[in-house]
Amino acid sequence: MNVVADIIALDNAQPTAPRRIGEVMLKLDNVSLSFGGVKAIRDVSFDVRRGEIRAIIGPNGAGKTSMLNVINGFYHPQQGVITFKGEQRSAMRPYVAASQGIARTFQNVALFKGMSTLDNIMTGRTMKMKRGLFWQALRHGPAMAEEIEHRAVAERIIDFLEIAHIRKTPVGRLPYGLQKRVELGRALATEPELLLLDEPMAGMNLEEKQDMSRFILTVNDTFGTTIALIEHDMGVVMDLSDRIVVLDYGQKIADGTPAEVKADQKVIDAYLGVAH
Amino acid sequence: MSKRAHSSPGKGAENLMSDTARSVQTSLDSAREGNARIDTVPKLLLRNAAEFGQRPAMRHKDLGIWQSWTWSQVSEQVRDLALGLRKLGFQRGESVAIVGTNRPRLYWAFAAVQSLGGIPVPMYQDSVADEMVYVLEHAEVRFAIVEDQEQVDKILSVSDQLPHLRHMIYDEDRGLKDYDHTRLHSYQAVQELGRAERRSNPGSDAWLLEEIAKGCGADVSVMLYTSGTTGRPKGVMLTHDNVVRSGQNANIFDHFTEKDTMIAYLPMAWVGDHIFTYGQAYAGGLCVACPESPATAIDDRREIGPTYFFAPPRVFETMLTEISVRMEDAGRLKRAMYSYFMKVAERAGSKILDRQPVGITDRILYWIGDKLVYAPLRNRMGFSNLRLGYTAGEAIGPELFRFYRSLGLNLKQLYGQTEASVFITMQPDGQVSSDTVGTPGPETEVKISETGEVLFKSPGVFLKYFKNDEATAATKTPDGWVKTGDAGFIDSRGHLRIIDRAKDVGKLNNGALFSPKYLENRLKFYPEVKEAVAFGDKRDYVTMFVNIDLVSVGNWAERNNVSYASYQELAGDPRVIDLVKRRVVELNKALASEPLMAGSQIKRFIILHKELDADDGELTRTQKVRRSFIAERYASLLAALYDGSTEATISVEVTFEDGRKGRIEGRMQVVEIAINPAAAAPIKEAAE
Repeated sequence: MNVVADIIALDNAQPTAPRRIGEVMLKLDNVSLSFGGVKAIRDVSFDVRRGEIRAIIGPNGAGKTSMLNVINGFYHPQQGVITFKGEQRSAMRPYVAASQGIARTFQNVALFKGMSTLDNIMTGRTMKMKRGLFWQALRHGPAMAEEIEHRAVAERIIDFLEIAHIRKTPVGRLPYGLQKRVELGRALATEPELLLLDEPMAGMNLEEKQDMSRFILTVNDTFGTTIALIEHDMGVVMDLSDRIVVLDYGQKIADGTPAEVKADQKVIDAYLGVAH
Repeated sequence: MSKRAHSSPGKGAENLMSDTARSVQTSLDSAREGNARIDTVPKLLLRNAAEFGQRPAMRHKDLGIWQSWTWSQVSEQVRDLALGLRKLGFQRGESVAIVGTNRPRLYWAFAAVQSLGGIPVPMYQDSVADEMVYVLEHAEVRFAIVEDQEQVDKILSVSDQLPHLRHMIYDEDRGLKDYDHTRLHSYQAVQELGRAERRSNPGSDAWLLEEIAKGCGADVSVMLYTSGTTGRPKGVMLTHDNVVRSGQNANIFDHFTEKDTMIAYLPMAWVGDHIFTYGQAYAGGLCVACPESPATAIDDRREIGPTYFFAPPRVFETMLTEISVRMEDAGRLKRAMYSYFMKVAERAGSKILDRQPVGITDRILYWIGDKLVYAPLRNRMGFSNLRLGYTAGEAIGPELFRFYRSLGLNLKQLYGQTEASVFITMQPDGQVSSDTVGTPGPETEVKISETGEVLFKSPGVFLKYFKNDEATAATKTPDGWVKTGDAGFIDSRGHLRIIDRAKDVGKLNNGALFSPKYLENRLKFYPEVKEAVAFGDKRDYVTMFVNIDLVSVGNWAERNNVSYASYQELAGDPRVIDLVKRRVVELNKALASEPLMAGSQIKRFIILHKELDADDGELTRTQKVRRSFIAERYASLLAALYDGSTEATISVEVTFEDGRKGRIEGRMQVVEIAINPAAAAPIKEAAE
């Protein structure tokens, strides 16, 4: 199934500027993570370059989401070194990761259900707000000016993701596909340098997948945002990503371009199973 | 029998002119003298910029905020675009396609093109590329001004078939930055060309004013392609006189001024949008608000609160369905209040609106109801400031019509078509009913031909069909009357009533009159029925295909624990079939009491397994059913309706929204209904 084939085809039809894939932005060296006796990630090393779309795939329970949680500081690996933008770090809090330019979406949508689309996206601007709670609450003078400025950013994101019609709708009432889109909007509102997407297309129909693929490509292309994503739809992964890392039982079994990964015998075995 | 009803000999057009029409005649004459030299739309723009320079002309919600432009700002925008177009080599008399949803910049494009003596050709933005080719090619379009990447891609994909097309201009630049920009320009870039020209050449303003002055009322101002229920679309050429005078007349008839506001949300290619939000707006200096996107139009309408609103019956129907559905889910107190005060409104609402006598108790109750129910409802629908609403295009259900009027909304009907620059007849205030379409508008004459067809003469009568003299000759008589193709008659009060398309009115084998649209409309008035297609001409009895309304029936299913996974499954559920059957039985009963229609009760029907869709060619782009096409496509079902079988199967090809094709198969039940005996005496007489 070639979900984004037509989008790609469209891109190829036009002379596109070559995308700039730059130096290594995030590097993981020999990272291991275990919960008690369960080894979720075993000695995995890989890197993400600036400007690329990097996919992490693998069968269920392979450690993909754990990997994202390690990257954004939610889990702290027992072993290994993580280098982000040239800086080594060991234990860090998710909000520190966020302030350094890492944003993410979740496998099970984690929005504020009772709040509107607009408010959810505005929460993504929290990091950028300079005035304290007191001034914010007053909504006067500089705090108001700041709010207007952030609202403008949120509105641009709403326009970009084509969700103007649900701007004031509580997200709990939205269909799943749209919730996913709002979540992407909130992540974008932090103006991230590295965007982590945990199964952005899970549970979507074909049309929603096409839309989401288009948004991911445009974010990457227009804003130059680096993207690391987990996805199960192989058509999507092969079409979208520049490089793919494959995990199985917490171990890295392959790493390379879509073509290389597709041909890798270990990957085929992991997905189809091997006769013992 | 139809002849008797239709021809009303001896009634000249003069007699038909209502009092209102006559009273506006005087104001018309005086207004016309003042406007003698303002005979084109660009000249109207110059006048508006001079007279109402600081008043809002256009609003558009962009990035969540309403942006406004005054008339003088609009004239500057138009000027810059016109000069930019000139710089790109635009020549007098060339045509320009305008494709997109309602956006200020596209409306300005009309005025800019007309300023240079060009002819704008608005096109339906949801047409697929293959449909667009015909119009683009036929109209010899040289420039295309479009909304966004979607339209650019469509036109690019067929550009090899468009030898005349020189330049394309887009409004929304998303996704277009990497495109080849030799013949593609952004709207701003073209305006910038115009501004640069003004800086380097101080005489360019004067030059443009001269160009505008060269235009005159007899020039073609716009070309509107009619969607056409049959054959290729025809390019209706309207002159500046048509558009300007139709706009002025309508404003005078309903007292619109520069203080009125409307919302532009109907397709720009449709004559109604062109006359209301362009002709009428420019003629009277009205403010036009463009929604953020088609999906947000309802919320945007609430925020703007238009004073003047037009919608086809379908829109009013959808609104009512939504309200009913919500009310059914509301709390008990709200439901009780709603049902009580809606009864009060039904008794008193329309009468209060028409200034007829109403008892003091009802007046007080209505006043309370207004505070508690009607005003919040009006606000919900965005009609808080509404002074006047029009509906046209299709028959409107009496209950539906009464509902809105009883809420205190002055909803009226008009009858019009592209060839008339919309207005043929309109309902004057106080003479409103759901089954007529009103009296002839200002300076308009209406008569009924020998065959029962409605003919008219008005200042809005189109010039001709572009490159189609044959069709022009078939529509316009030598002495200036235009054949509408509609069958109708004029009732005792001088109001016009439309029955059907003249060519569609047929006869059953037993000689009874058969008017498919009349029957379809009657059935569609029931909320459960979304679409209906009637057959019966030269047959023994009347049959129908029915589409259920997914919103209304879906809600019914939810409340009655009927589970379904798809439209097809719901449509085939025996309980749903029974629901529709009860409606058809009701309709038959009603038909039996109508002398003209008693003979055409519905005997058998099938609920179709898929919704009729314009993408499959079953509906026109304006959502009218294409009866003969449907008869051909569903031939096996039609046969089953007449050969006595109780079930029928079919497999049809469908086009999905992304252009892929697939097949939908289905097995459907044929439902048979007893025919009521005709209410004896009066029918005999009518059917003599």
